[in-house]
Amino acid sequence: MAIFSTLSTLEANKCRDVRVVDWLLLTNIPQSLFFIYCMYRKLFVSFWKIGAFTIGGGYVMIPIMEQELVDRRGWLSREEFMDNISLSQAMPGVFAVNMATVIGRKLGGVRGVLCAVLGNVLMPIALILLLAIFFRFFRDNVIVERIFMGLRPAVVALIAAPVFRMAKSAKMSWKNCWIPIVAALLIWLLGVSPVWVILAAIAGGLLWGVTNR
Amino acid sequence: MIFLELFWTFLKIGIFTFGGGYSMVALIQNEVVEKYGWMTAQEYTDILAISQMTPGPIGINTATYAGYTAVVNSGLPQWEGVIGSLIASFAVILLPFVAMLIVCRYLSRHRDNPVVNSMFKVLRLTVVGLIAAAALSLLTTESFGTVGLNKQFIVSILLFAGVFYFSYFRRTSPIYLIVASGLIGLVVYCV
Repeated sequence: MAIFSTLSTLEANKCRDVRVVDWLLLTNIPQSLFFIYCMYRKLFVSFWKIGAFTIGGGYVMIPIMEQELVDRRGWLSREEFMDNISLSQAMPGVFAVNMATVIGRKLGGVRGVLCAVLGNVLMPIALILLLAIFFRFFRDNVIVERIFMGLRPAVVALIAAPVFRMAKSAKMSWKNCWIPIVAALLIWLLGVSPVWVILAAIAGGLLWGVTNR
Repeated sequence: MIFLELFWTFLKIGIFTFGGGYSMVALIQNEVVEKYGWMTAQEYTDILAISQMTPGPIGINTATYAGYTAVVNSGLPQWEGVIGSLIASFAVILLPFVAMLIVCRYLSRHRDNPVVNSMFKVLRLTVVGLIAAAALSLLTTESFGTVGLNKQFIVSILLFAGVFYFSYFRRTSPIYLIVASGLIGLVVYCV
């Protein structure tokens, strides 16, 4: 009975009161996974679909998420959805997982987050593991080697293209193009870890913001 | 202890990824290929090809696969590789996940803060350079063949140019481009 009432509160978008039990449930992981699955089945299934049927990375998921969460389920308004997109893009980490976190939290507290995130990554991880295990047997096959000889330059091009696309959306101009160039040269030629470059960018950006205020 | 190293590395990768899957790909490459030497650049390129072909976020796919390969390459059995891959994908999610939960609470107050905005402006520009560096360091003779008028190099350059054109100007989905260039490779290198 409790299961159904929680489901209906989930639908009604107000689940703040169930959060107390979250941590109790978390102490028994198999059982809590089962509960999570029962109670938040819809949330899980929605994000499972979003994760399992989008090929080509996080941003491909946006239209599918919109269709599933806004149009089909009606859990979010379109404005809320857009806000969540910009927040997930600004935060560190994988875009799709960030989306699952913020939407899952909004809809169902800690348990909502868990099933949205798990649902989102479960299928991709399982698939890639299967592939990883079996690819080792085929790697030295002549045909596979030929296919990959064609794939490797393509993959490099697929990483080069977003560089220019992102340069556009980051509003790169003649005045500020030294930032990406210096960053690329530091990492590529001098072997500086990207972690330091990003930390420097955060510090520099904050400094710039403070002095310009 | 490779599992601890994996966990720590991917924890770092997760929190320093700004701007989506491709910047995570760049970070993973830097740590896994250049810093630790867990796999060769060529192996990593293969992993990227497979990660882009399978469903799911590219960052998660690459982390999972790279975690597996790192463990198996260091001579451990396959089931430990599975553990390594689970550790990598868990670690890569963990910190951004926590950060996200914290930020959700305090979001409304700092949303339009000009200092935070200018930080993100610089960060976005830096990420462009970060991904460019990853693409540059994947331009290896293992992927393109030795430089000169041989068949592999010419085919590779043509494939690179073609895929870049379709990806950048035509916005073709990566899956089609990968399948097509795999087929081209299969046909061209047969004859």
